[in-house]
Amino acid sequence: MDVILFLVFALFAVACAINVVVQTHPIASAISLIGVMASLAVLYLLLGAEFIAAAQVIVYAGAIMVLFVFVIMLLNAGAESKSGRSLVAQALGVPSLVALLGILAFFVQRLFPRESATHFGGFTGGTAKAVGKALFTTYLLPFEATSILILIAIVGAIVLAYKEMD
Amino acid sequence: MDSFIVVSLIKTVMVFAVLLTTLAYLQWVERKVIAHIQVRPGPYVVGPHGLLQPLADVVKLLTKEDVRPPFVHKALYLAAPFMAMTLALMSICVIPFGPVIRVGGVSTWMQLTDLNIGVLFVLAISSMGVYGVAFAGWASNNKYALLGGLRSSAQMISYELPMSIAIASPLLLSNTLSLRTLVESQAGSFWHWNVLRGPFPQIFAFVIFLISAFAETNRIPFDLPEAENELVAGYHTEYSSMKFASFFMAEYSNMITVSSMAVLLFLGGWMAPWPVRYGSSIVPTVVFAFAGLIALYHGVHPARRRERYSLPATGIVFLAIAAIFLLPIVQTWLLPLFWFCAKVGAILFAFIWIRGTLPRFRYDQLMGFTWKFLFPAAILNLLVTGFLVAWVS
Repeated sequence: MDVILFLVFALFAVACAINVVVQTHPIASAISLIGVMASLAVLYLLLGAEFIAAAQVIVYAGAIMVLFVFVIMLLNAGAESKSGRSLVAQALGVPSLVALLGILAFFVQRLFPRESATHFGGFTGGTAKAVGKALFTTYLLPFEATSILILIAIVGAIVLAYKEMD
Repeated sequence: MDSFIVVSLIKTVMVFAVLLTTLAYLQWVERKVIAHIQVRPGPYVVGPHGLLQPLADVVKLLTKEDVRPPFVHKALYLAAPFMAMTLALMSICVIPFGPVIRVGGVSTWMQLTDLNIGVLFVLAISSMGVYGVAFAGWASNNKYALLGGLRSSAQMISYELPMSIAIASPLLLSNTLSLRTLVESQAGSFWHWNVLRGPFPQIFAFVIFLISAFAETNRIPFDLPEAENELVAGYHTEYSSMKFASFFMAEYSNMITVSSMAVLLFLGGWMAPWPVRYGSSIVPTVVFAFAGLIALYHGVHPARRRERYSLPATGIVFLAIAAIFLLPIVQTWLLPLFWFCAKVGAILFAFIWIRGTLPRFRYDQLMGFTWKFLFPAAILNLLVTGFLVAWVS
């Protein structure tokens, strides 16, 4: 059952991800991206990380993508036209993709040997309590550093927006 | 396993039958209450006191011509009402209505399913709910609809922040994310409810939650996405027939969900306001008997001729309900259900009351209010609650 669900949602995520790139209309791409986020949430849920799954939907599918859609609708962006692909891209596209995936697979295999394979339901540290504890003890420094980084980004965005207004 | 599936199916059918009937009649209640606030009778023609009006509305909406304007984005235009409706109905499946119920040896919770992240689930679903409205506005190929959709998405993002933070503070008191455990932690009397409970009563969080809930459900005074005097009908301008009805039902379903959430988070869910040993179990009997006696009295002195029979009949039904509440067999599950429905009903009434009372906000007021007042207030409340909870424990 878990494997079937995993396969269904993993395939859905990949199909949506390809669709994001292939679609010419920004809204269609945004909807595909929402599909990717939602199916990723299901994958997290299958792995036992229920808090991350809920946060994924609330933050990515519910907030960030709403902003994306908002901006696309506000700018009233129309469909993009497909440009003709260059000869180099046509010739080297598929081989280099295969090579990249091969290298990735190789390194994943080397870094995570067979013994540490993930089992569905085997991981129980995904509750809100466990995540909170980890964030505020083991990973306190990276967590705080990230939040300061985001704060700097927000301040920077406001400064840039003000400059343009003047 | 088999009994689990059968019980779940029965529960699902029951919950959705009750929910959809409530949706239809909530609209009748709203029209009646608004009408009485404005000193007019409201729906009065179809059935006694217009009680069959929802049925007539359903027939009208089903048989109306379904117009699809040209130049709409076809797929999204069709998908938007479906999305709004589905997402609105989904969150009801984690809402608990009462404690364990036992029927013929099978015991089950009065809740479709209990997630240990129930609160987050409802938040996630409600944050996705904006897509129905936003896509409806965009796909309609109509500038008023587009403006409605834009306003809705901006409003939803802004009000979700104070709402989530207001939800977080009662969770600190109850120390759980499961809605069932949340209610159980508020057992006892009304001063054990999160809205009044120490170390820091969540009265501010409750008010902030309610205000954001009005904005999240696009209700007056925050119904700018469908402000009829500037945007025709906002995001559903181009929708007719059942597609229009789905948006309507989604709005009412969201209202019910949000009221249930307020009751579960702050008002102790299905718990009675004071313990049974001080007589909370006879409150429903007294309420229904009183209503029945009033109906009987007016039936004896009727103001209109046809009320000579309808009012005594209503009175007898109310007295029978009052008698049912005294039976010990049903008391274990009927009393919690009564308290839950009474609390949700009170909040729904407040929704309607405010619609009849307040005018609509201006758009800059709406945004300024949430970012400059509601959001800082919610954060301050969370900080104080956090400090006090940490200090007490």
